[in-house]
Amino acid sequence: MSVLLPSSRVRHGLLLLLLLALPSASAAYDYPFDDAFVATVVGTPLEYRAEFERKVPLKRRSIRVFPDREVPEVFFYDEKLRYSYALQKGPAPLIFIIAGTGGSHDGPGVQNLGKAFFNAGFHFVALSSPTHTNFIVSASESMVPGHAFDDARDLYRAMEAIWDNLKKKTDVTDFYVTGYSLGGFNTAFVAKLDAEKQVFGFRRALMINSPLRLYSSISLLDRMLENVPGGDENFGQFFQDLVDAFAKVYTRSASLQLNEDFLYQAYEIFKPENEVLAALIGTSFRLSAANMSFASDVMTDYGFIKPKNVRLTKNTSLDQYNDVALRLGFTDYFHAYFYPYHKALDPKVSRTSLIEEMSLSSIEGFLRTADNIRVVHNQDDLILEPGEIDFFRDVFGDRAVIYPNGGHLGNMLQRDVIAHIVNVVQE
Amino acid sequence: MIRGRISGRRAGLASLLLAALALGGCSTAPVIEGEEAEEPVFSYDRVVREDVEQFGEQEDRFEGFNRAMYRFNYRVDKYVLLPLVIGYHKVTPAFFRAGVHNFFTNWFNIRTIYNSALQFSGRKVFQTTGRLLVNSTIGLLGVLDPATEMGIPQHNEDFGQTMGRWGMPAGPYLVLPLLGPSSVRDAVGMGVDWYVMTEVRDEVLDPNDWWKRAWTLLYVIDTRAHVKFLYYGTGSPFEYRLVRTLYTTKRELDVEK
Repeated sequence: MSVLLPSSRVRHGLLLLLLLALPSASAAYDYPFDDAFVATVVGTPLEYRAEFERKVPLKRRSIRVFPDREVPEVFFYDEKLRYSYALQKGPAPLIFIIAGTGGSHDGPGVQNLGKAFFNAGFHFVALSSPTHTNFIVSASESMVPGHAFDDARDLYRAMEAIWDNLKKKTDVTDFYVTGYSLGGFNTAFVAKLDAEKQVFGFRRALMINSPLRLYSSISLLDRMLENVPGGDENFGQFFQDLVDAFAKVYTRSASLQLNEDFLYQAYEIFKPENEVLAALIGTSFRLSAANMSFASDVMTDYGFIKPKNVRLTKNTSLDQYNDVALRLGFTDYFHAYFYPYHKALDPKVSRTSLIEEMSLSSIEGFLRTADNIRVVHNQDDLILEPGEIDFFRDVFGDRAVIYPNGGHLGNMLQRDVIAHIVNVVQE
Repeated sequence: MIRGRISGRRAGLASLLLAALALGGCSTAPVIEGEEAEEPVFSYDRVVREDVEQFGEQEDRFEGFNRAMYRFNYRVDKYVLLPLVIGYHKVTPAFFRAGVHNFFTNWFNIRTIYNSALQFSGRKVFQTTGRLLVNSTIGLLGVLDPATEMGIPQHNEDFGQTMGRWGMPAGPYLVLPLLGPSSVRDAVGMGVDWYVMTEVRDEVLDPNDWWKRAWTLLYVIDTRAHVKFLYYGTGSPFEYRLVRTLYTTKRELDVEK
């Protein structure tokens, strides 16, 4: 489904036409899209990206984080946490990179950041998001992702275990950590944990396009599917229509290829309204929500989607659970699973207190004084409510650089932005 | 997603298939502990409207067999094919691998030519014959690919698509051992193409047994090396369905295109 993720890219001559059609781009840097929805969906066209010389010698590995965990047979392939890394020949700084919501360690977002850091002389270790199925099954202690402090502990434990394996292979001068989207949010809490535990002593922690308050962001993302014709009940149909529409474009045009340019090419042909782009963004996140809530539910036997007393075998058809999971958003997960789950653990928890705790505000004091933390953000990021961007300006001051446009992660690979990302970590 | 023909192992394949069919008896129903399933917070009846089409709805009458095969293929991929591909990358230089890939791509233009003819597509026959001639001559038996630089498009037609063109439906979804996602129609098509292409090869090139073995090994490795897919790598618990939907859609498009 990678064609649906917002991180797609472009190399097309038609781009020039598009540029002429748009209002003039911001003068601050050379990024072509002023519209946050277009930026988020289309990303950075290839000709606006940096080129890197060195090929990344990527290694994929997996590691058992909880030796005693019994994984249900339906997830037999996820017993170990998968990660990837690339090492320089000699001693070098090492940066951990955390993926965004539902993102994989080998997805395009993490790997493109990895390429930039590797070319700047870093070793890197790429980690899946704590909301990714493989992470939930193999590396989450509670197996109920989305809790700022629990997720940070899980990430930190995984980083320690991976470093334990890698330290025989290489020398590291200093440790760094970064992440984008939810991974940027995770980065803040990991940095806080590191300040207490001091295992790595991160020299820099860089948060890229982080949400402020998780509940604000998940509500905004869920609401993007209000644009589905006929409402959320029709999501299954909408999604199928979307795939069919792409299919038609593919068959009608001889030059269209099903590759990473596809979404941009499709955008060029359809020139969709912002409502459609919003629904696309909502769809991409809905797929992540569906995977996450089902995986978590199977692991805890909570009875959210799968009946408690039903055991899934390796051959069980999951189609009906898939239909249900695709109908549920992040807010359903929060209200009907995440909150009751935490309420049962601690009766003092209230809905409001849990919502406020899952926010950067809950560690504001730390963030104000932690001089190793840096922020890169966009003024028009779609996962922030109006005014939320001011929190980053206020709390981080000149430790934050906020670009005027780029939507959610749309400009992350633009050559000036990626150069800034590397510089701000290196300085 | 390995869609290569693996020649010369007919008996082995047949017994594998039989073993797989025996496994196929596996039920796709979950195990219910107790009298009946408890009501989850969000049950199917509560949130899914019967009158709305769902994503990837498709009859899958061999699902038990297919899921067992999907797992079998995952293991073959992980423990045999991927290590072979990684070793291949270690011991061969890039120009050699590119040459091997170009060679097989060029060779299978023969398949595209006869299938295009059977589909009455003069354009594809003409263009693909052009490719084959150019690459087999100035492309040094297909090791180089000057046809692409000359702007001759590459088509890929197989007998499954030909039967689709003739109006034959794909039939039930089928995951083949070693070869991956397919359908009843496409599996038959694969068998026909495999037979024809092996006959053509033996007739035209008359290879000895060692050449045949090297051919098969290189073809399998090269094919796998060019498929960007890792089993259980999508991060979705619903990957089986996702792959089924994408494969089926892709093949419908291939037939149409």
